[in-house]
Amino acid sequence: MSVPFLVAEGVSCVVATRCLFRDLNITAGGGDLVEIRGANGSGKSTLLRGLAGLHVFHTGRLRRHVDFEYLGHRAGLGERLTPVENIRWLLRMRHQRVDVHAVDAAMIRLGLHGAADELCATLSAGQQRRAALARLVVSDAPLWLLDEPLTALDPSGVDLVRRLVAEHRASGGAVICATHANIAAQERTSHEIVLGQ
Amino acid sequence: MSVFFAQLRRDLLIAIRDRSEAANPIAFFLLAVLLLGLGLGRDAGTLGPGAIWVLALFANVLAAEGLFRRDHEDGTLEQMLVRARPLFPAVLGKLAAHWLLAGLPLAALSPLAVFFLHGSMAGATPLCGTLLLGTPILAALSAIGAALTVGTGRGGMLLAILVMPLYVPVLVFGVGAAKAADGAAFAQLMLAAMLVAALTTAPFAVGKALSISQEY
Repeated sequence: MSVPFLVAEGVSCVVATRCLFRDLNITAGGGDLVEIRGANGSGKSTLLRGLAGLHVFHTGRLRRHVDFEYLGHRAGLGERLTPVENIRWLLRMRHQRVDVHAVDAAMIRLGLHGAADELCATLSAGQQRRAALARLVVSDAPLWLLDEPLTALDPSGVDLVRRLVAEHRASGGAVICATHANIAAQERTSHEIVLGQ
Repeated sequence: MSVFFAQLRRDLLIAIRDRSEAANPIAFFLLAVLLLGLGLGRDAGTLGPGAIWVLALFANVLAAEGLFRRDHEDGTLEQMLVRARPLFPAVLGKLAAHWLLAGLPLAALSPLAVFFLHGSMAGATPLCGTLLLGTPILAALSAIGAALTVGTGRGGMLLAILVMPLYVPVLVFGVGAAKAADGAAFAQLMLAAMLVAALTTAPFAVGKALSISQEY
């Protein structure tokens, strides 16, 4: 068996005096989709931030063996830059070469070809979400960490995210996703983690 | 290097698009110099380079306040922390942009400030030179403060109180180096040494402080 992309063993997190989760084990390898579920405030975002390395778990061990994309509540788009400029910056931060045609194709795929040269500040919430998702199309990272990716999207946007996730899994990638909706579409979810029980 | 230039390019592009905000510290510096010159009249000529150095310090703290705030709010900061491996060149690019926007212009405008304050123009060149050496140190120190306070949501006064004590040695040696007196050469060397130390260590401190700022 190949090495999994991400292994979290016995991770716990306490915020203030409240224990969000305890002794959680997560493994994600090629083709996996791990869905994290739970009520508002149950620690889904904190868990994902922890897996991305933005938050230190109080116990346990986290190992990542591959590059990853993290998409949180905040889109990570500079509002004084266009979606294309933002994507370029995101790619270059990770030393990934910027393929102009691939970025254009991603814009078209996300339905942003009309807004590619507008500042992100002038885009609607749904368009900003699409601009944030565009990085997934061009990124060569095998692991995606998505925090409620369907927020603010219209039905076609939701379909698009499901297709992106399915394609990514089919090409050997893994997705860990906090969501209230169904991300897996027709395919099966590898694991489901329910927080707050 | 590509990470450094990507970050530098991004920050300069944003500043060009948001000129009014980028110009604020420079406008503050010039206005403060003007007020000092008007308030003191001919007496301002006795102030020497110290007055201009202090005003440059204040302008720098003001500029640092917004250094990471917007990046923090829109999530760019967490993307930088998650992506940049190593973090050093990305932070250094940010510092370079910060200095180009709020350090270099102050040094460049210092002869004008000397003129407004009725100082001797003979002292303008050494003052400009020491500000060129000193403003990158100020930029690095204020960036540490800005990184520490960005997650707290309280910048402003807290940042000033945090950073100003760190400015003391820079101010002492900066003013010493700008004066045409014995010991100026030593002060210049000390300033240069502090510059090297700041540029090599501050990005690590800023990176660490930024990582902590994302924990909540």
